[in-house]
Amino acid sequence: MKRPQKTNKQIINIKGVEKQFGDVTALNGVSLTIKEGEFFSLLGPSGCGKTTLLRMISGFDSPNLGSVYIDGSDMTNVPPNQRPTNMVFQSYAIFPHLNVAENVGYGLKKQKLPKDEIKLRVEEALALVDLEGYGAREAHALSGGQRQRVALARALIMKPKVLLLDEPLSALDKKLRETMQGELRKLQRTVGITFVLVTHDQEEALTMSDRIAVMFDGKIAQLDTPEGLYKRPKTKRVASFIGVMNFIPAKVIASTKTKLSLDVEALGKVDVGASDTIKSGEKITVGIRPEMLTILYEETDDADNVFSGIIVSASYYGDMTYYEVELGNTAIRATVSMRNTAGRPVLRAGTETRIGWGYESITVLDG
Amino acid sequence: MRHETPSEENPVKPWRKLRFFPSMQPGGWSGLALISPPFAYSLLMLAAPLLLVFLLSMWTQNYLELDRTFTITNYKEAASEKLYQVLMARSVVISVIVTIVTVLLAYPIAYYIAFFGGKRKAIWLLLITIPFWTSYLIRVFLWKVILGYNGVVNGSLLGMGFIEEPLTFILYNANAVVITLAHAWAPFAILPIFVSISRIDKSLLEAARDLGDGPLRRFLRVTLPLSMPGVVAASLIVFIPTVGDYVTPRLLGGTDGLMIANMIQIQFGKANNAPLGSALAVSAMVIVASISIVFVLLNRRFLKVKG
Repeated sequence: MKRPQKTNKQIINIKGVEKQFGDVTALNGVSLTIKEGEFFSLLGPSGCGKTTLLRMISGFDSPNLGSVYIDGSDMTNVPPNQRPTNMVFQSYAIFPHLNVAENVGYGLKKQKLPKDEIKLRVEEALALVDLEGYGAREAHALSGGQRQRVALARALIMKPKVLLLDEPLSALDKKLRETMQGELRKLQRTVGITFVLVTHDQEEALTMSDRIAVMFDGKIAQLDTPEGLYKRPKTKRVASFIGVMNFIPAKVIASTKTKLSLDVEALGKVDVGASDTIKSGEKITVGIRPEMLTILYEETDDADNVFSGIIVSASYYGDMTYYEVELGNTAIRATVSMRNTAGRPVLRAGTETRIGWGYESITVLDG
Repeated sequence: MRHETPSEENPVKPWRKLRFFPSMQPGGWSGLALISPPFAYSLLMLAAPLLLVFLLSMWTQNYLELDRTFTITNYKEAASEKLYQVLMARSVVISVIVTIVTVLLAYPIAYYIAFFGGKRKAIWLLLITIPFWTSYLIRVFLWKVILGYNGVVNGSLLGMGFIEEPLTFILYNANAVVITLAHAWAPFAILPIFVSISRIDKSLLEAARDLGDGPLRRFLRVTLPLSMPGVVAASLIVFIPTVGDYVTPRLLGGTDGLMIANMIQIQFGKANNAPLGSALAVSAMVIVASISIVFVLLNRRFLKVKG
């Protein structure tokens, strides 16, 4: 497997893009750069503008304001058929009147290549997506997963600088979706082409991407690596969109250059990293992931901080159990996730327990 | 339908053999009952007269007597007589031209309504049916007024100085028949083409664009092939009835524009030779059916496409 060395070259540069559809603002000042060879995801709920942004890169929509640059050239007046991008459509858009080989070779036909070369490249592309020998199949005889592979091969055969994927896995069932997540990632590494994926599924974005832009209401809320997004979400909205997060109100006791001293409700006093924007006396929200809270089964178990709790409910997932716990003597409830290892019983609702947590597991959120 | 083969576990019950449709599914009889009124109607109104025409074509007319011995003399005459050959060939040629002209004119209209009709699609489709609000006979006479020696077309062209004497090639010949029929059948061609264009998934058009096609290539490689079922349907809808059209050539065709249906009418009427007329009618039917079948077979790769 060869993967072109990851350069820091920018392949896509989006500058201050705005788009209105009638009264609806789809994009409200979006700027971002995507690096060459990157697997980049646009993640957000439906209506956040992620698909509109993808269609602007492909040329099917044009911005009202701002511009899109691909590989250094302004794309404003370049139609989709002349852009160095190719798209895998949500519906896959397999041509029903053509067979698999004709679908995959569709874009090559225009380039007036000799027939043998087209045939060879079609076979190569089909091999790339594990569909060797499917060339003569009729389009309507394909399963959902196969249609997706044909759509991928048809786009990749064009050797685009950027491959755009519009919710490519949403039409597949769960099992197949998980397999395809791994395969797409592998494929991207093999071909080394920049992938831009649109998805509303946070798990999909986290498992596949190098970087993710989380979008809400036509704006980028946060752009980070999957790990960065999960561990250091900036806002409450991003935090709740990516995974599960417990939100707990806190009061700022002191804000100094080196640290932030907080009084977190139910959890007590804790020091975290300094912040420029948060002043002392302010009321803020902190977040703590369910896996950062631990049920202390044994009396001898210890943690940075320990408090008592009552289990309100337990949801058993096989590998994990998610507990809803009432913290201390407050009305605050938090979700605690525990791995179901050997000899660890699933606790029933009403059980009194001790909860432990580490100081570094707290995330300070803006708004 | 499932045919059961007798076996040890599943022997054919004796009474089943007595059934008219041995493999009839449960509920099949009520289905038959449901379709029987229209079935009986079409049997009476379509199949029976057709059979009668066929029977008649095998008989011969001796002045006032009908000779009921079976013979194929009428068919021999229909096939060998120069006049009938000319009329038949002319009917097919005129119908083919009418079909081509109608479909070529209907396609852009259907395309426009399907892609750019927006919320006004229904209004556009309603407007297309407006000619049907008047009788066909009146429309044919209107074309006479438009195309006539002192008609609208000649009047305008003379008035504007484009021509010095009235054009005569537009009335009382095959051209007039083509013009009138193409106009009359346009809605029947527009509707099926409109339906098949509307059914094309828009993402297929975007995919073609994405893979490098400009608008013209995309039309030729995606839109046109996928709308072929509509084009084939429209062609058949226009071609089949126009071969047998009788009113238009009679009123606008002059002598050069007469078609086979006019001759059939003459045989049944003035010539008092119904058997020969029937033989001509059956021959025309066979020819039209053969051409239609060949046409459908030529286009079968477009027709098997599932959306």
